[in-house]
Amino acid sequence: MTDRHEAGFDQHDEFAHLPSDPALRAKTLESLLVEKGLLKPETLEAVIERFETQVGPHNGARVVARAWTDPDYHRRLLDNATQAVDELGLLGQQATDVVAVENSDSVHNIVVCTLCSCYPWSLLGLPPAWYKSYPYRARVVREPRAVLSEFGVELDESTEVRVWDSTAEVRYLVIPQRPAGSDGLSEEALASLVTRDSMIGAAKL
Amino acid sequence: MDGIHDMGGMQGFGAVPYKQNDPAYHDEWEPRMFGMALAASAPSWMNLDYTRHSLERIPPEVYLSSSYFERWLYGAIMRQVEAGQVTMEELIAGRSIQAPVSSRDAVPPEAIDPYQYAPFRHEIEAQPRFNVGDAVRTGNPQTQGHTRLPRYARNKPGVIHLHHGAHVLPDTHAHGRGECPTHLYTVKFSAQTLWGADANPTDHMYVDVWECHLESA
Repeated sequence: MTDRHEAGFDQHDEFAHLPSDPALRAKTLESLLVEKGLLKPETLEAVIERFETQVGPHNGARVVARAWTDPDYHRRLLDNATQAVDELGLLGQQATDVVAVENSDSVHNIVVCTLCSCYPWSLLGLPPAWYKSYPYRARVVREPRAVLSEFGVELDESTEVRVWDSTAEVRYLVIPQRPAGSDGLSEEALASLVTRDSMIGAAKL
Repeated sequence: MDGIHDMGGMQGFGAVPYKQNDPAYHDEWEPRMFGMALAASAPSWMNLDYTRHSLERIPPEVYLSSSYFERWLYGAIMRQVEAGQVTMEELIAGRSIQAPVSSRDAVPPEAIDPYQYAPFRHEIEAQPRFNVGDAVRTGNPQTQGHTRLPRYARNKPGVIHLHHGAHVLPDTHAHGRGECPTHLYTVKFSAQTLWGADANPTDHMYVDVWECHLESA
């Protein structure tokens, strides 16, 4: 396979003969793969079900709530998030190597994948549409403060903004600031306060 | 490849369609597309990097006018055709005409688990060339093939912020030229270095860059 598949694909014109409705086009591909023995229907259903029920932001929220309540875990998470996430059994597809970055009064972190839409599936589930959108991928690196302001996150000029572009298999997890008035809440109760967007850096709590 | 996918810093796109609690899927066929991409059998060279590169090779006008899962669908068709497992003729006819060239057993349900994964990090003998804190300059790879160094971060001065050990090199892996584990670093850039004097002087950008795309500065 050396040197194959660079830049071109010589059958783009043929796509015009496929159904233009994406639902019909997808059904055509699915039916053909099944007919040719390249796809087991039961595997397809299992994958859909597993990625709807097993993964999701509740996993990342466990990591954040643990860090908020356990100073030793907090330190381990910042030192080596891959190991700290593994302690909770949450490494997985699209989150094999993890770095945790922490928001504070003086620093705000936000994560993007400008080249595609890399995202820590096993920690946060599958990404929302806005994260995969062209405006987000294009703009958040160049004008993060404007994008954050549109999201309702207003930052002081003196707050440092750190933008993390996921260009490798390292996935970044933002540890949001613990909300005021949450003293005394259990780890489980804290986890329920942690939103998906806060762990991307697109929202504050 | 200097493709349309490399959009970091491009201007003119307008507002981000941000919505709180925005779901991953917006149409019934989208979870099926996601599942197909993971569950369909594939030759071993059809790895994650090749998959990403297939999406980059979607023609720009199609890329820009397609939704995320429409691009997945387009890429999945390209990959199946390039693998010789299905033909455009079959897709247009909507039925099987010839047996798959590289016929394999279809993937069983137990083979795909969100919490099972193959590592990208590997031990290598070569010592890392850079230490955290070193001043570096990024390279300027000119290739028709796959690379993960975005245009906005090429030929720019930065500082080594993290070292991640050696990771599979997408530049070779996408093209069947081996995993070539190479030291990987997070490089820190001043926002003003990348985006000019209008950027806030306190802000920074972090980009993961493989050692082959870095020089001492």
